[in-house]
Amino acid sequence: MSLLSEIDVLTLARAQFGFTVAFHIVFPSFSIGLASYLAVLEGLWLATGREVFINLFHYWLKIFAIAFAMGVVSGLVMSYQFGTNWSVYSDRTGPVLGPLIAYEVMSAFFLEAGFLGVMLFGMKKVGRGLHMLATLMVAVGTGFSAFWIVSVNSWMQTPAGYGTNAQGQFVPLDWWAIVFNPSFPYRLVHMVLAAYLTTALVVGGVGAWHLLRDRANAGARTMFSMAMWMLACVAPLQILAGDAHGLNTLAHQPAKVMAMEGHFRGHPDGAPLILFGLPDQDAATVRYALEVPKLSSLILKHSLDAALDGLDSVPRANWPPVPIVFWSFRIMVGLGVAMLGVGLWSLWARWRGRLYETTWLHRVAVTMGPAGFVAVLAGWITTEVGRQPFTVYGLLRTAQSASPLQVPAVASSLLAFVVIYLSVFGMGILYILRLMAHAPHRGEEGPEVGLPIRAAGLTPAPAVDPDRHLQPAE
Amino acid sequence: MNAAFDLSTVWAFVIAFAVFAYVVMDGFDLGVGLLFPSLRAGEERNVAMNSIAPVWDGNETWLVLGGGGLFAAFPLAYAIILPALYAPIVAMLLGLVFRGVAFEFRWRDPHHRAFWDVAFAGGSLVAALAQGIALGALLQGIAVTGRGYGGGRWDWLTPFSLFTGISLVLGYALLGATWLVMRTEGTTRELGRRMAFRFGIATIVCIAAVSAATPLLDAAFAARWFAWPNVLLTAQVPLLVVLGSVLFLRTLMRGAERAPFLLALGLFGLSYVGLGISIYPDIVPGRVTIWEAASPRSSQIFMLVGAGVLIPVILAYTAYAYWVFRGKVGADGYH
Repeated sequence: MSLLSEIDVLTLARAQFGFTVAFHIVFPSFSIGLASYLAVLEGLWLATGREVFINLFHYWLKIFAIAFAMGVVSGLVMSYQFGTNWSVYSDRTGPVLGPLIAYEVMSAFFLEAGFLGVMLFGMKKVGRGLHMLATLMVAVGTGFSAFWIVSVNSWMQTPAGYGTNAQGQFVPLDWWAIVFNPSFPYRLVHMVLAAYLTTALVVGGVGAWHLLRDRANAGARTMFSMAMWMLACVAPLQILAGDAHGLNTLAHQPAKVMAMEGHFRGHPDGAPLILFGLPDQDAATVRYALEVPKLSSLILKHSLDAALDGLDSVPRANWPPVPIVFWSFRIMVGLGVAMLGVGLWSLWARWRGRLYETTWLHRVAVTMGPAGFVAVLAGWITTEVGRQPFTVYGLLRTAQSASPLQVPAVASSLLAFVVIYLSVFGMGILYILRLMAHAPHRGEEGPEVGLPIRAAGLTPAPAVDPDRHLQPAE
Repeated sequence: MNAAFDLSTVWAFVIAFAVFAYVVMDGFDLGVGLLFPSLRAGEERNVAMNSIAPVWDGNETWLVLGGGGLFAAFPLAYAIILPALYAPIVAMLLGLVFRGVAFEFRWRDPHHRAFWDVAFAGGSLVAALAQGIALGALLQGIAVTGRGYGGGRWDWLTPFSLFTGISLVLGYALLGATWLVMRTEGTTRELGRRMAFRFGIATIVCIAAVSAATPLLDAAFAARWFAWPNVLLTAQVPLLVVLGSVLFLRTLMRGAERAPFLLALGLFGLSYVGLGISIYPDIVPGRVTIWEAASPRSSQIFMLVGAGVLIPVILAYTAYAYWVFRGKVGADGYH
């Protein structure tokens, strides 16, 4: 308990929120992309009748089911944690942000959940057309969900359209300005592209893994090819979107960009781009900085000699933790560039007609399989830690947002979350990896061969086939 | 009696509806989880699981709507109640984590299926108990300081809240048992019938005990029940509970398959109405009314537009999903 007394409730509550949301964000960023991929696969199957598409559909559907279940239960935790651990924030922001979250639940969660059962279990019950509709509804639901939750997050970064009342609450004045707040369009595009990239890298990595074992596997060839097209198209778009998002951040949250760049002091005639270095927050300097003169001004202001302010123009109490933001930003950008590289390499290999034979490309694609998740987490850390020390940027401090709880209560809940998340989601990720390890094959459980629609069919006993059990008796 | 008054009342009913939809729908899911240890490993458990697998996720979403709706329409209540019920809510969420992933994981990992079956049952038990405890803790009163929770970390734990916790576990087990009677055949249905009888009696006893204890907690509760002429209306609730209990036991003994489930839901509905009579128009009993906790009018209107359009649509496709998976969940289907 002596250690606990050193730590305050705020730190514990932040650790718990960071930990639980870090786990949660991984699952939707995969399932947003995967839901769209499944809709594309099923649509291609309906349009062409080619067996490989329905095989791949069933292959990825089993993985989607697990990822989605983990997303649902970890998301449920998030929707209550605002209240349990951040009650002052909830009281203040509820009138503005509550309705957006309510819209997310009503337009997205129910749509996903309502049609997920049909998507997973219902192919033989509802026919192909309605099943395609169910798959589409799940994909649309994940998109709506991203729309609303990114709007909420963006409002916390760039609040707009609000007033305040006598109780100190933010109250809505203009809903359009609230939903479409200044950073929202940029953040939404950046996040959705990130989800597509994450999925493309996972699908491409799994395809490459099986190509390395069997170059002739039709499913592996198709998924690898589709993923590489996606990567080659989306990675450049993402770099453009990220750049635009960065300029938007410079306009609205300059201190965050200063931390990303490691600019502790202002540069009146052209700021250098610090490639690497060791930011020292206390000394307000970047040690061992390796810099390119004036490049930062060129990127951020499109002019070599443009002046850029540094953190010395911001009160120290409003500085974000610079080293974290500085490093997470570099990890994200580095991985983005690597993604672009793999995409271009795949185009080259495809043009040479050696897409399925370039084993080094396959090895690199396998290595890059999890890169999307790392980049999403790094990007999320950049933007959320860069928002500190505020929950609502410039208006409500993190230190003033927490619930009136006692240290033992939050310490024990944090411990419980860590132990349970690591074990439960660790097992889930293991199950997903096991599914990925098995090569896609002909007759992947599907309706046309009269086999069960999913997972349960892999288990030894035919009696556990859920699709058969669910047939009406009459 | 201005428009804001009406909107807050409307929102109180919308959220009450969402919470009741959750209790009704996830109640039988959690109930099936509670009964899992009594089912034989293999066919019986697989059938029971398959009867709820396509719908559990939608059912649980009503809990998200209840929480999200409270945050949006009554942020002050959300900010006071959730920290007050910190431990039971965290326990409920973690219980639901185990319950939710077990649906997928038990099929994925046949070697550890026994473990995930325990996780499924244990998660359901923790979630049900925690929800009942949270209800009891809310009823017995929450300390408020300023615009926040003003009590300690163990305030939620009392004999009364423990008793409501156990009551809800028994009630969910009843819903699960009658669900199995309706949706399954053979030995699973017979087990459901025995369990429905046992948990039916227990639930009726608990409803009586909680009903007797509640007016004693707070003079305001008693006044809302017994004041003249309200008593003419409120007295119908216990009378209907008696009638429903008798009908429930009779239909169950006669071998009916649907009626016991519907009557068990009816008993839940009546208890819920009773709860509403005790609390309304407070949202934090004895402390904060729905009008004090309400969001500004523009927040409530903005959401009401969406809710008015979307909730009927949600109900329509939820009904469709239930319809697709209707009928008996046979042991080996019609093959």
